[in-house]
Amino acid sequence: MTIQFNDETFRDDYSFRNSDRAIKRFPFPFHEDSYMYSVNMEQHRGGPSGSVYEKRFDVDEHYLSEMRDRAIVLAEDPLRCQSLPHMTLAGWDTLELIMVSKSEDYPDLFELHRDGSRWRWVNKPMGIDHTFTFLDETTLPCGPLEYITRQAQGDYAVLDQRGDMLYMDAGMVTTQADWSLDFDIGMDFFEWHAPVPLAHEMGIFKRALKFLLNVQQGAPARRLNWTMTVNPLLDTSPENYHKWGIQKTTLTPENIGAKQHLRVELQTFYRLPRSNALLFPIRCYLIAFQDIVSVPKWGRRLHRVVRDLPDELATYKGFIANRPMMLDYLSQYDDGLPTSPGVWPDLETEPPLQR
Amino acid sequence: MSAAPQKARAGAERIDVTVSAVVPVNDLVTRFEFTRADGRPFPPFSPGAHTVVEMQDGGRTRLNPYSLMSDPSDPTTYAISVRRDDAGRGGSLFMHRNVKPGDAMTLSYPVNLFPLDRRARKHVFIAGGIGITPFLAMIAHLEHLGGAWELHYASRNRALGSYVEDLTAKYPHKVHAIFDEDGEAIALEDLLDGQPLGTHVYVCGPAGMIKWVHDTATAHGWPAENVHSEEFLAPQPGKPFEVRLCKSDIVIQVGENESLLEAMERCGVDAPFLCRGGACGQCETEVVEADGTFDHRDHWLEEDDHASGKKIMPCVSRFIGETLVLDR
Amino acid sequence: MSTFQFPPSIRSRPVYGTLAPRPGKAHLMIADAEGAEAILSLAGQGPGLMAKTHVIYIPKGTGETYVDQLRALKSAQFYTGPTYAASVQRIRRVLSDAHMGLQVYLAGTEGLMGQAEAEAIAAGIPHSAIQTEHRGSVARRMQCVHCKGITEDVMTDPFTCAHCGLNLFVRDHYSRRLAAFQGVCVDAEDPGNVPEPRELYS
Repeated sequence: MTIQFNDETFRDDYSFRNSDRAIKRFPFPFHEDSYMYSVNMEQHRGGPSGSVYEKRFDVDEHYLSEMRDRAIVLAEDPLRCQSLPHMTLAGWDTLELIMVSKSEDYPDLFELHRDGSRWRWVNKPMGIDHTFTFLDETTLPCGPLEYITRQAQGDYAVLDQRGDMLYMDAGMVTTQADWSLDFDIGMDFFEWHAPVPLAHEMGIFKRALKFLLNVQQGAPARRLNWTMTVNPLLDTSPENYHKWGIQKTTLTPENIGAKQHLRVELQTFYRLPRSNALLFPIRCYLIAFQDIVSVPKWGRRLHRVVRDLPDELATYKGFIANRPMMLDYLSQYDDGLPTSPGVWPDLETEPPLQR
Repeated sequence: MSAAPQKARAGAERIDVTVSAVVPVNDLVTRFEFTRADGRPFPPFSPGAHTVVEMQDGGRTRLNPYSLMSDPSDPTTYAISVRRDDAGRGGSLFMHRNVKPGDAMTLSYPVNLFPLDRRARKHVFIAGGIGITPFLAMIAHLEHLGGAWELHYASRNRALGSYVEDLTAKYPHKVHAIFDEDGEAIALEDLLDGQPLGTHVYVCGPAGMIKWVHDTATAHGWPAENVHSEEFLAPQPGKPFEVRLCKSDIVIQVGENESLLEAMERCGVDAPFLCRGGACGQCETEVVEADGTFDHRDHWLEEDDHASGKKIMPCVSRFIGETLVLDR
Repeated sequence: MSTFQFPPSIRSRPVYGTLAPRPGKAHLMIADAEGAEAILSLAGQGPGLMAKTHVIYIPKGTGETYVDQLRALKSAQFYTGPTYAASVQRIRRVLSDAHMGLQVYLAGTEGLMGQAEAEAIAAGIPHSAIQTEHRGSVARRMQCVHCKGITEDVMTDPFTCAHCGLNLFVRDHYSRRLAAFQGVCVDAEDPGNVPEPRELYS
């Protein structure tokens, strides 16, 4: 099907909206009525037709607007995309993976024509038709990682693997949940996760690392993560926190349904074939509370998860101060009925709100 | 999350191939070249990677890992070199005696447990015998990228030095061939001395050589992170033993000439694996109950894991005793 | 003894040890202020060590207190610099000429050790092979995550960024590449509500 691309903003007037179709395919992250950290990995080999899991790199109605927002962020702060000198080959690996995947998965939108090392890349939505030499940086307008991730939704961390450890050695990070690539670049897996509470003690990172070290070529993996954001703001960076932090205080009982957003990351993991690095795409999906509660099952469940989340996690995810107001709002959509297992909306089988 | 849970099959993804060439290299070593059965290009691979070759030997499936030695930038061909081991368990003999051009075989996707450290200012390779194979791919790769390298290659004599003529002819200033029968030896202390900061050393060869390089480098003040090695352990034969697999709820017999992992596979248990050589950690298995002695032969588990008797790597390790119950 | 026991912290925060001689063809010791004490102690442990050693010392506030004692170690080379900034070109020159087997020993304040460590890592020595020993001031080198400016010798939390003037709180999250801890705006969600600064570790 052809995608209708929205013309919308993720800043200033925040005209971002999800269509009905986008709401129904939203990657709701809670498979039961409570949440605790887990490694929760599974194979990334497609998923139900139309879902965000179906393609290797999901392209949706927000594509063009997200790419415009990325360009604005990079113009203001070029340090959001960096690659340590030894990661150039991994950048080419990333370019190859995304170009091959998108041209195979969305042949009506993207084309890749390869004649030896001479490649022609056509990105119809963005109006790009460019011929370059694979593995020759001088034939691209910028580095290979930056070139392709200016055309692909989500953040990208590129992890070097050395001696049973992963290192955050390159990335494109403009839609992050409050971490700084410029600060964290070069860190090992435990170091860049150091500020996360509880999970170290639970052994989560040790197990996750062991899993990720063994992600093999041809067998990608995925998991979900989530947090909360006031306003549909993609760039919740520490760099700009002194500018956007104040927005957290603008919530009122009247505007919370439209302003408060659940922010879900679809994280995928690919072994890159030429460099043996690990590509870690972090795709951000935003949804307003008022859109979540339009799905009765999700409304019931989100209330229970937010209510029962340990304080440390609510603090780390940055919504401890707003939690009471969130609960006042969400409780209207929880009638106490049981919910069906799994993440799907189950609109046909779950009862409407009983009040 | 479980959006669309799919069970992973044990081991890496597989590729169906056709044997395109069988080339004797010398009295002991033969090169096997493969093309893809479906005619598509092979996936690119990183130098140092190995593939697990599936051999259908009568009723028995043999799975042996071999380093990919072909040029990683050539997507038409994968190549391995196999040294015939007359005293081994039969995998290399099967390759030498039975595999002919045109045969259909199955390879795993490449898995790399011996990658280049791409930060290195310079790469120094030390090879013993058939340990030359991963370095052939690394050298081809670095030549494309313009990376600095040198090779010190010890073999028994010139006739048994696989690819030594090609290498010395092509790279006369970078390749240093050493022949044991001429009374030569790698001048390790000299070559470690005077390397620029940021040099990395890679060694592939017999266990004794690997230990010698690690020990000497440490004594010369080299950081452990700058010294890399790969040694595939072939599962060694041992006395037969019996194992109960509690999740599968069966009792299996491990024969003298098969590994515990192979015995599980023979009995239809889908056990995880990647390297089948005690190095990758993928097949690590919990011990539920044991009355006897473990014969740990892997490089993966820590010493205290070995001592605890709570874990075993079924690809290479064995057991001697009355009862062994595994969580598999 | 000018030692301080840092409280346990998160995984990215550096942990310092005690310098001990290691085998090597050449040795580079870089210290500031009370870090001289760690060098003096190290020199006594390895006979012949100093004959293969280049010592780079920045007295900072300690003036001449340790200089004569360090000179008396008769290292192969001995240099005192007025500031780290004045010494860094020399450090880079020494590292660019060095060979594998060089041992690096760092002692003194976190700022000095962190900056010298970043130079050694860039030259090709993994951080796990670089020895460090903290001595003297517990002041921190802080990067403002907003304007990227570095504020040296921060002693209080919160503090004012020397570049952009924002009020920043002191995190334990540390970047080895930048040789700095992270400072983040303390009053972003409530402008003007800045807690009274407290001395670090008080």
